Parts: sequence; structure tokens; C-alpha cells
Amino acid sequence: MRKILLSLIIVVIAITFLGRLSYLQIFSFSAEQVLEDPAIKAIYDYPERGYIYDRNGHLLVGNDPAYDVMVIPREVKPLDTLEFCGLLGIDKEKFVKKLKKARVYSPRLPSVLVPQLSKQDYAKLQEKMRKYKGFYIQKRSLRYYDTPSAANVLGYISEVNEGDLAVNKYYVQGELKGRTGVERYYEDLLRGRKGVQYIQKDRFNRDIGPYKNGELDTLPEQGKQISITIDKTLQEYGELLMNGKRGGIVAIEPATGEILSMISGPTYDPALLVGRERSKNYTKLYNDTIANPTWDRSIHAQQPPGSPFKTLNALIALQEGVLDVNTTIQCYHGFYVGKKKRGCHCGGGLRNLNKGISQSCNAYFAGAFRKIYEKFETTDEGMDVWEKHMRSFGLGDYLGYDLPFGQKGRIPSKEYYDKWYGDNRWSSSYIISNSIGQGEILATPVQLANMTAAIANRGHYFTPHILKKIEGKDITEPKFTEAKHTTIDPKHFEPVVQGMADVYVSGTARWLQIPGIEVAGKTGTAENFTKIDGVRTQLTDHSVFVAFAPVDDPKIAIAVYIENGYFGSRYAGHIATLMIEKYLKGEITLKTLEKRMLEKTLEAEYAKPYSGEEFKINERVW
Amino acid sequence: MSGRSILKRIDWLSVFIYFALVLIGWINIYSSTFTDDQSSIFDIGTRYGKQLFFIGVSLVSIVIIMALEVNFYERFSSLFYLISMVSLLGLFVFGKTIAGATSWYDLGFFNLQPSELAKVATALALAKYLSDIQTDIKRRKDQLYALLIILVPAILIIPQPDPGSALVFFALIFVIFREGLPLYYLAIILSVILVFIMTLKFGTVWLIIGLALLIILLYALKRKTLKIPVIPLSLISIAIILFSLSVNFVFNNVFEQRHRDRFGLWLRLEKDPKKLEQIRKSIGYNTYQSEKAIESGGFFGKGFLEGTRTKGDFVPEQDTDYIFSTVGEEWGFLGTATVIILFSVLFLRLISLAERQKNAFARMYGYGVISILLIHYFINIGMVIGILPTIGIPLPFFSYGGSGLLFFTILLFIFLRLDTNRLKESF
Repeated sequence: MRKILLSLIIVVIAITFLGRLSYLQIFSFSAEQVLEDPAIKAIYDYPERGYIYDRNGHLLVGNDPAYDVMVIPREVKPLDTLEFCGLLGIDKEKFVKKLKKARVYSPRLPSVLVPQLSKQDYAKLQEKMRKYKGFYIQKRSLRYYDTPSAANVLGYISEVNEGDLAVNKYYVQGELKGRTGVERYYEDLLRGRKGVQYIQKDRFNRDIGPYKNGELDTLPEQGKQISITIDKTLQEYGELLMNGKRGGIVAIEPATGEILSMISGPTYDPALLVGRERSKNYTKLYNDTIANPTWDRSIHAQQPPGSPFKTLNALIALQEGVLDVNTTIQCYHGFYVGKKKRGCHCGGGLRNLNKGISQSCNAYFAGAFRKIYEKFETTDEGMDVWEKHMRSFGLGDYLGYDLPFGQKGRIPSKEYYDKWYGDNRWSSSYIISNSIGQGEILATPVQLANMTAAIANRGHYFTPHILKKIEGKDITEPKFTEAKHTTIDPKHFEPVVQGMADVYVSGTARWLQIPGIEVAGKTGTAENFTKIDGVRTQLTDHSVFVAFAPVDDPKIAIAVYIENGYFGSRYAGHIATLMIEKYLKGEITLKTLEKRMLEKTLEAEYAKPYSGEEFKINERVW
Repeated sequence: MSGRSILKRIDWLSVFIYFALVLIGWINIYSSTFTDDQSSIFDIGTRYGKQLFFIGVSLVSIVIIMALEVNFYERFSSLFYLISMVSLLGLFVFGKTIAGATSWYDLGFFNLQPSELAKVATALALAKYLSDIQTDIKRRKDQLYALLIILVPAILIIPQPDPGSALVFFALIFVIFREGLPLYYLAIILSVILVFIMTLKFGTVWLIIGLALLIILLYALKRKTLKIPVIPLSLISIAIILFSLSVNFVFNNVFEQRHRDRFGLWLRLEKDPKKLEQIRKSIGYNTYQSEKAIESGGFFGKGFLEGTRTKGDFVPEQDTDYIFSTVGEEWGFLGTATVIILFSVLFLRLISLAERQKNAFARMYGYGVISILLIHYFINIGMVIGILPTIGIPLPFFSYGGSGLLFFTILLFIFLRLDTNRLKESF
């Protein structure tokens, strides 16, 4: 016993030690510890964020240098506080407070004393900086906007938050990241890749040379310069016209699917979200939940499309062969659903396809819609066919554009109604409102513009997109360069296009003609409701307009949706027409229309539901 | 005896392990103190250069030890003991203070630590006393004398202050046990330590509950023929409870805060994460950094000179007491396991060498050597890997320090010299 006691102790100690060491080095060990290693400090070299140009090479977004005054509290020597504060443009009290805060954060590490000095202040300060030990100026780069418009398209950048850090390991605290629009979607292109240098630190946080002799260090990769499909002039002009109106405008080049402009009203100057006042401005914009300037209506606002939808129903009816261009339907200043009469503004009488479209006859399309369903034995079959055709125009689902998703709109399916009414408990009369773009149908402005582009192209469209060039090279992504074909035979488009052209000649938008340009359009007036104190209340109709021009060689397809603008040919029609002229001619000859749009606002209309008083809707304004 | 026969008879396994440990130790000292701007490993201005010099000195001392007459050590052991005690006393007058402890003589080119010498001298003196024909370890008086040999240097060292080194001498009690000190002494010492720890960790109430359960278990498992000595058992139980209560009193009223902190840290008494964070930055900094450095080495380690925490000097005293954390960070589990196996094999080998001695003095000295090396190894590595409280003593053959390396070498090689003569009963 005595002889083996010591041997036993030695073995027990060895087993204990090996157990503890294997716990530490094998079970507790994780490879990610390298990142937490206090001895390794990563120093980042940030590349400049890429510039954004418009389709014609005009600068939209660039960078501006900004100068932060930094302080390392421990290194501060006694100084002439008064003079220094004068140079910084802050009072002494604030200076002392900031300095104290920096010391509390860390006496050794740099803190920002005064953020984002102007260039002038920087120039003054720079010469005298040597005198102030412990202070230095750090150059940063801020986004600079060469346009007051397109905030919804361009988006903004802001510091990453905990969520971003958890999702994407690339980012570290304090870095900037695109939040919406192009800045967000093309974050990877614009951002480039930061370079990193690993520095070995000792326990006093002093540099003691590169880690692993710099083996793991990388050079920064520059952010890419990109061109987007937006036409700066058109975008700015559109936003000017949107003055005091809420709604969305989307213009697309039909031959390519390039988004020429994308406007959401009301909007804001993108420069508001840069610089010292950023968070104050952001809070203000964000908290405006009534006008909602940060909500991009061009992709998010899904509304009943109204009469422009009739063009699609006409196409489906032609494709299914349930009528031809000469088929007539009687309009009794309306039409009957069962015993209930629904009104029509077209003037009444026998309507054929051309008149149906140009006069926007509700009765004609109710009839055509019914014919589509009557072709099939069951409503279910009819519904399936109808839905298939509709979806081929990119409606009822995400379009797949290179912007934040937006909303997918709605094209109801038979399942939708089965759920609503019960299986087989509904028929075409229940869904007749869909014939005129009311009822259960919802679409966003970008979907309406895309649908118009498909009509302009006589049967196909290109997925709308915002990116045109990367570093001067055209994009080649098949998703955006290959045509998507609708399920309608191209030959059926001509009569519909003719009807739309006649809208401008003899139809609902005849007073909007542009001299020298043949435009095809379609007005829309969409009923809409809100809840005021829990009561469903009808508001003034939305003004909707879709158009493309020139008719035979379409260069622009546009959809305008103005909330509570009443008749389609009013606000929406005016704006669409003016933008087409601006884009095609580069100047405006329709001065009366332009003046009206620049002056008239809908503020009074938007105030009505919040006034707490009784109000009239659909008032005549001019 | 000719030099050749010494080379034939010396235990090469021990010698090999000794050199392996010294070499590994030096490599890690090199890594711990290496900075990019220093070049020559022989540069005496650097820590690793200095250590290399002392490795040379140690080699010379090995040659001298081997060359000396084998009975020299036994004959002069009392004198060595006397000299070393005087040198410890002399510290109170001539000592040089480094880091708050007056443990060194300044010899100009290097600082001599007499407590290291005292370890060798005490081991020799104890062996000499116990092997004396007139000593009978079963006698109380002789037990007391043996204990006194151990206690004198310990008491002289405590006020330096260097309680860690003082503790080392108590390890020599193992030698007395080997030679016949009744084992219940050991049982009592272990029980005291156990009750002390249990009281701090779980509290007196749980200790009493545990004790009660143990007694119940004893009754449940007892054989019919066995009689339980009721009175001694209850006396022991009462003694344990009283001791436990006094532990609480001593811990809260006699100990200083820093002692309480150390024990608290060791026994993981603090559960509040905020206070734990505080402890990591203050009292527990060494242990925390050392554990983290070892942990970050993983299975394979970061590689020679690649230990980031080592390079960053995050672990204090890394080339001396915390040298093992460098092994852990740069060589991983492979490295630490190798070192532990090397030490264990060395100890087991030394035990078998001690047991084969015909001469009692050699055997007892051998046990003294093992006890001293073992307690250093146990306390040092235990502290570095966070299972023992912080007690600052070096890792034999590893830690930076001239006196340490030299006297550990002398300690070991005197025994290996005695072993070359093992076949003779007397010298």
C-alpha cells in the first residue's frame, strides 16, 4: 500500500489534468475564437462606395468627403479651449461634456468629438490642428445626391444593426449598408469589399506588428460604378408634377423593360437622410403615417386598377374567340346583374370593341366577361383560363424586378372564391366587377406599367428592371434581357391598341392629345373605401391612367395612379400625357395642362377623412 | 569508479526525459519572450538567451555531480542543511526584493534564490535523518524531529513572503509516510482538506446532511459480523461539524479579502455573471487569461511562435509560473498531453528507481526528489489550467529562472548519481 500510494497519486493527477485539458482544448474549443481573440485586431480599409448614374450618364449619387474631429482623451494636453471651441463651432460647455463622454467610453480609443464638419470649417481647422494634441481629423465619405428626386428608387444607407450583424458576417459594428431601393438591392456592387489588416496587439492594446506577417490581410476592392435605367430629367419632372398628390407613376421602355422613372408621391429629398440631421429627419418622415413619404407607392400600393383592366379582358375575349371586333353589346347606360343595375358613363347604345375601349363602356365589358365564362361548362374552368391569361401579364405575383419586392397584387383564383363563398356557391355574376377592374383585383403601379408595356409590344414584355450598366457594361442577365410572352396571340392586340389610340382621338382622353405624337391610352376611375371610426366610407375615386407612345413604335409605356384624383383623364391622364411628351420631345407644348398639374394639389381632398366632418366625394374641381 | 561505468549505469530514461522537458521548456520560454527585433538565441540580454546560459550551467553542474564521490552527499548533508538555513536567515538582512518578495541574493550577474537550494538540502537532510540507524519513525519523538527538519525552512520562507515555496516542503511528508509514519496521519490531513473545501463550496448544512447520509449508508451496507464503533464514529462526526463551523469563522474573520477571493475563484463560488466579469478583470485575470489561452490552442495548437495571446502578453508571468499556457496555446492538446505524460513517466520511473535502492538513504532521498518535483508539477499545472487556486510556484525544468533550473537539476541528478551506485548497500 505504502509503495503504490505515490504511483497511484501520480496516475490520478495525470488523469485529472488530461481530463481538464481535453475539456478546455477539445470540447470548449471552437474555431470562431480567433475572431474573439483580444490579441488580434482587424483594421479595415474602406473603399469608396460606387457612384450611381442615370441612363444618360448623368450623376445621381456620388460621395462627398466629410470630416470628423476625433479625440483620444488620454493624449489630450492642456489647450486653449476657447479658441478651439471657436474653430469647432461649439460652445465650451458642450466641448467639456463631449470630452468627458469620450473619456468614459475609453481613454485610449478614439471617439468622435464633432461629426461631419463642413468643408469651410475643415479648412479653417486643418491649419491649427497640430496645436491640439490628442485631437485629429478623420476623413469619411458621405453619400452626395445630385438630384432632389428619386429617393424611393435610390434608397438610403445607414449603420448596420444587431440583426444585420447576425445575418451577414461581413459587416462589423459601425459600417454602413443600403437600406432600400438601389442602395439595398445592389449593396454588394456598390459597397465593394473592405480591405482588412490584422494587427497583433498586446494586453495594453498596443500594436506589436502584423498578425501572421500579414498572410491573411486583404486589399480593398473598389465599389462598382453603376448606371440605372432611370431618366433623371423625366424622374425630376414627374416628381414636380406630383406636387401635393399621392400616388405612383411608373414609366417603362417597352422594348427593354427598363424603368424610365418610378415616382412615389409624396416623396422627400434624399439628401435629408445624410449628415448630421439624418436621424431627426428620418424620424420625422417615418412618423408621418398619413402621407407616408417613406412608403414607395410605385411598388407597394396595391389598388383596384379600374378600367385599364378592360383592355386585358378584351384581349382574353378575343383569344378565347367568344367575340370578334364587330360583336356588339347593348349598353343601357349600365348593365344588370340579376335585378340590380350597375351604371355606365359611356353614353349608352350599341357598343363594339373599339367603342367599348375608347368610351370605357362598363356594359360592354360585363358582357364580354360573361361570354368568356359562358364558353366553359363550369365557372371553375372559365376561372382557370381567365386567371392563366391574366397572370401571363405579370399580374397577381411579384414581377421579379431588381428592387425591394413590393406587393404582388391580386388576381383571384377559383380557390379564392371557394374560400370566400363556399365551394361552387358562386358564378360569373358574383365576380362581374372583375370585368371592369374593380372587385377583387389588385395591382401596383409597376404592374400596370408592365401590363401596358406588354400591350405596347403586342404580346410580350421584359421584366422591369432598374440596373442598366455595371462599370459601363450593359447587363446581360437573362432574367431581364429575355422576353416573357403572354398567352394572347399577337394578332389580337391590334384592335385593342386601336381602341386605346382612339381614347386619345375620340374617347375619354380626347382633350389630352399631344401634337405630333400618336398615343394609346386608357383611363380608369377606381372606387375605393376607407374606414372612418369603424364605418366603411367611400372616398373620392382614384384617378388611373395607362398609356404608351408612339403607337407604332412604342418608346415609353406609363402607368399613373393618383389617389382620390377622380376621373382617370384628370390628374392621372394629365400627368401621363405630360411625361410622355417630356420624354419623347424633351419639351412641353401642352402648357395649360402643365400649369394645371403644377398648381393643383389634392391636399384638400386628403384632409377630408381626417376632418371629422361630413364630406362630399367626387366633386368637380375643373 | 570510472566515468565510463557511470555512463553505463546511469538511468538513461530519466536523463532523456529531463533533457526533453528542458528543451520543450526552453522553446516555450523563447516563444513567450520572443519579439521580432531580436535575433540571436545566445543574446544574454534576452530572457531566452539567459535561460540558455543557465541550461549550460546546469549541464556543467551535472558533470560535477557525476564526478563527485557518491558518499559526498550523505556525508555532508547536515552541513548543506545548515548552510541553506543560514542563507535563508541571511535574506532578512541581505536579501534583494523583487516583486514584493525578499527571496533573492543579488550576485551581480544573476539573482540566487536560496529557497531553491533549501529544497535540495532539506531532502538530503531528511533522508539522512530517517536512514540513521538510531531513528525509529514509529516513535513520536523521531516523528517530531523529522517534521522539524521540514518545518524550519518552511517557517523561514513564509515571511519573505513566499507561501508557495514554503508549501513545497510539506510534500516531504510523503517520504516519512513511505518509511512508516502511520497512514491515519494522511487520512486526517486529507479529511481536513476535504471538509475545508466542502464547507466553503456547499456550506455546513449540506456537509452535515452528507455526513448523515454516509452514516446511514454505512449501517445499510454493514455485515452482521461487523460491529460499528458507535462512540468513535460519533466523536469523529462531532469533530467534523465543529471543524466545519470553525472553517466558516476562520474564512470570514481571519482570512484577508484576497485569500477569500482566491478561494472563491477556485471553488467557483460566485455565480452572478456581472460579478464574474468583474472577477475576470481583477483577481481572476491570470487564471481567466491562462485558461483562454490554453483553450484557444485547440487540439493541434496554433504553432510555434503563432500564439496570439502569448505574443500579446495577455497571460501575466507567462515565461515563469504560467509557462504551461504557452504550451497549451501553441502546441494544443497534443503538446500539453505530451508534457503531462513525460512528467508522469519520469515520476513513475523515479519511484521504481527509488524502490530498487539497496541503500536506505538513497531510497529516501529519491522519494524526497519525487515529492518535491511532484508537488511543483501538481500545483503549477493545476493552477494554470484552473483547477487549483493561484499559488505561485514554478514548473520544474520549464519555468524561466536560473536558480530554479539549476537546483531542480541538482536535485534530480544527485539522485541519479546515487542510483549509479545502487548495488552497494553502503558507500
